[in-house]
Amino acid sequence: MINVKDLTKRYARTTAVDHINFDVAKGQIVGFLGPNGAGKTTTMRMLTCFLSPSSGTATVAGFDVLEQPLEVKRRIGYLPETPPLYPEMETAEYLRFVGQLKGLSGAELEKRVDYSCERCAITDVKKKLLGKLSKGYRQRVGLAQAIIHNPDVLILDEPTAGLDPKQINETRDLIKGLAGSHTIILSTHILPEVEQTCEQVIIINKGKVVATDSVRNLQARARGAESVVLEVAGRNGKLEPSAVQTKLQGLGGVSRVLCKQQVDSGAVFEVESEKGSLVRGDLARAVVESGWDLNELRPAAMSLEEIFLQLTKSEMPAEKAQAQGAQP
Amino acid sequence: MRNILVICRKELGSYFASPIAYILLTLFGVIFGYFFWVVLGSFLNYSMEAQMSGSSYPMNLNEQIIRPLLSNVAVIGLFFIPLITMRLFAEEKRSGTIELLATSPIRDIEIVIGKWLAAVVLYAGLLLFTAINFTFLFRYGHPDWKPLAIAYLGLLLQAGGLLAVGTFISTLTKNQIIAGAVTFAVCLLLWIVGWVDYETAAWAHVLSYFSVVNHFESFARGVLDSKDAIFYVTVIFTGLFFTARSMESLRWRS
Repeated sequence: MINVKDLTKRYARTTAVDHINFDVAKGQIVGFLGPNGAGKTTTMRMLTCFLSPSSGTATVAGFDVLEQPLEVKRRIGYLPETPPLYPEMETAEYLRFVGQLKGLSGAELEKRVDYSCERCAITDVKKKLLGKLSKGYRQRVGLAQAIIHNPDVLILDEPTAGLDPKQINETRDLIKGLAGSHTIILSTHILPEVEQTCEQVIIINKGKVVATDSVRNLQARARGAESVVLEVAGRNGKLEPSAVQTKLQGLGGVSRVLCKQQVDSGAVFEVESEKGSLVRGDLARAVVESGWDLNELRPAAMSLEEIFLQLTKSEMPAEKAQAQGAQP
Repeated sequence: MRNILVICRKELGSYFASPIAYILLTLFGVIFGYFFWVVLGSFLNYSMEAQMSGSSYPMNLNEQIIRPLLSNVAVIGLFFIPLITMRLFAEEKRSGTIELLATSPIRDIEIVIGKWLAAVVLYAGLLLFTAINFTFLFRYGHPDWKPLAIAYLGLLLQAGGLLAVGTFISTLTKNQIIAGAVTFAVCLLLWIVGWVDYETAAWAHVLSYFSVVNHFESFARGVLDSKDAIFYVTVIFTGLFFTARSMESLRWRS
């Protein structure tokens, strides 16, 4: 659906986006992840034809953003970082205006306005001035505006920024609900969001794509070995963590045991094993046979946060890393 | 064409949803009303004097009231035009709504013409106030309506040109005050370049050619001079062309 090849955007002194490549298949939700200033917004603006690329190509639904911008725009719904609202307009009036801009008219327009309002749960503020709406409503009107013409592709720039936790959940659910019929690219710098909503992640840092993969693969990739988290407690309320550590260390296939934290009557350990050798059964047996309680045993999925930090850190210039290392 | 009307309607809606349109209409109404009252007063005095002294100098509503008044309007308009155009693009750039327009499947030139058209319609609304005053002349006298119509056409053409220039300037900045101030300075310059008095110098002729007010003189007399009409139309096209170019250049800058 979306094809990006060597896309580059240069400003007078800086290169905001530097030869990035990625593809998005139809119906996918793709998370665009990166720290602030990584080039997420610039990339999205190029995809929506708001900015022209300095070099490289991008096609949306087979149309080039430079050659046939009108065709591209017809197929894209875009929610910029700040929802593009006119404070002096009423919600329904605004949606009608946007619908007309996108080429809708007559009964079709009214139908789409009602549908978008319902979909984004803004029917109750239809007659309110946009300038008087709360942040959450403004964001949802922005979303309604993006889906009004039923576009193939939705491009959402930080759709949950500035919302409260409840609204964030609602917005995420809304986006997930839209996924079936639309291809969605959403940018964010909030990691759990990607884990929860997206199937595919594109991590971008300093204008370059650092990693493109599915969330699960990325987690597996970031750590070569598997690891499990154990919570062990002593029978009599006392536990010697070092004893557990030595015991577990002695098992076959275990490469490293870390004591992560002490809890009331025991401790939490993270056990890394060599890839492919499942040791969970051995671990459980070892703990129980030693007379300890096994309170918890679960695979430790590396959070995207850690992956993200790892990936973006490795991009740090060598001299800078050295300078930091040299400091006492 | 449809897209132009969609944009134009939305812009007019914005003018009238905010106090801008009402303030401009009120101010213009008051200022023009004052001028009308003053000119009418001196016309009445003059006609009374003429009656008493028995002179038979012909009195003419067109020449003695309408023409000087509309020439004044041409100048008052210069002060109102920056207020009309300054928000057109600067506001959209500041609030980010320009992203909505620029990513909608419509051409830049349609956005530009739509916005400019809304500005022209609002200016025409201002002129409507002058028409209210003139209806009194028609009620109590017999002015000729044809030169009046031509003068209105001239006013619209002149304003159309300056509004196009103002629209262009509004695309250059995010700041409405800057857009307004620069437009005002340009309007003022385009008026006073007509004051040069170096008869023989060629550049003086060139300068005075650019005076938007000088070109209005033929219209005020009720003469449709193609030379002046073409000047205004050229200004309109040039202004709108540069506005569209400027919008396009936004895609290359940040």
